[in-house]
Amino acid sequence: MNEFLTRRQVVAGMGLLGLGLLAGCDGSTTALDFKYGKDLSNKIMGRTFKLTDTDGEVRTLSSYRGLMPMVFFGFTQCPAVCPTALARAAQIKKLMGEDGKTLQVIFITVDPERDTPQILDAYIKQFDPTFVALRGSLEDTAHVAKEFGVFYEKVPAGNTYTMSHTATSFVFDSRGNLRLGLSPSLSAKQCAEDLLTVMEVC
Amino acid sequence: MNALLNAVSRSLASRACGVVLLAGVSLGAVAQTRVEDPWVRATVAGQPSSGAFMRITADTDSTLLSVTSPVAKDVQIHEMSMTNDVMRMGPVDAVPLPAGKTVALDPEGYHVMLMGLNGQIKEGDQVPLALTVKNAKGETEVLNVSAPARSAATMDMQHDHEMTH
Repeated sequence: MNEFLTRRQVVAGMGLLGLGLLAGCDGSTTALDFKYGKDLSNKIMGRTFKLTDTDGEVRTLSSYRGLMPMVFFGFTQCPAVCPTALARAAQIKKLMGEDGKTLQVIFITVDPERDTPQILDAYIKQFDPTFVALRGSLEDTAHVAKEFGVFYEKVPAGNTYTMSHTATSFVFDSRGNLRLGLSPSLSAKQCAEDLLTVMEVC
Repeated sequence: MNALLNAVSRSLASRACGVVLLAGVSLGAVAQTRVEDPWVRATVAGQPSSGAFMRITADTDSTLLSVTSPVAKDVQIHEMSMTNDVMRMGPVDAVPLPAGKTVALDPEGYHVMLMGLNGQIKEGDQVPLALTVKNAKGETEVLNVSAPARSAATMDMQHDHEMTH
């Protein structure tokens, strides 16, 4: 309960009351009925992360409070699922119109050894200039992946390696509660519909 | 919701799906293997690898053995699979090309990995690829293909877009 009050105060303090006026933004995390995605409202996961953005700023989940963060794990040398998911995210944002302005797409690299801030910045911006990419040390990366229940591993490929990883997009409400898991098999339109459900709640 | 649907239909309409037919190197005989719609994903500066995609149809049971390209030091064929939303990736030795069946090298399955790129691949660049295919008789042919580079933000065909063959 104390945590709930603190959250309210933080949100009020940030002048984001407008979002709170939407029906049901009461800080509760009751299960939501999504048409396509997986409800993660009551999962003990993805509560926190502390990583660095491509400008060298430390970012945590609360850096994006008031926005609806959508987190995807991947690596820039990923030929298929990562660019597909990010292109889909850009399309979702467009489909949502004005509401899409609250969608904050966050790409977390599982390959911090090769994904330098420079490469990550150029990579993420080509999908949408508002998207951000975060990276951490190998330990940070392992920690954040564990927090989200995300699997990743290096796969040897000739003299180098490629990677396998979980391809779910994780969506938080504007209060920082994890709400929704979107499968890579869903279309942009299906995702957008479920994101509107998250927005109706908070 | 109407705005949403309109946006989707606009997006569908704008996607005219051009199919490029490239005849293989045929030495007097009919082409044994056909490569359609090859493309490479453009890269950002410093990105050391990219993927190439296409559709291949062989008229006899054949195998795609290898691919080479002057733009990359190492070219491999990888296979991606998705189980419970976990994407798994890894190199394969060869890709079977059953007679008459179109095999897609697309972001959903097999693809060509261009690794150790010699430079940035920009949108619109033409990337030469040489595919070595072995037919049922054990004869090999080399198919030379020029694959245009498309924006990395290209949606692959499966999502939201009806693919017509």
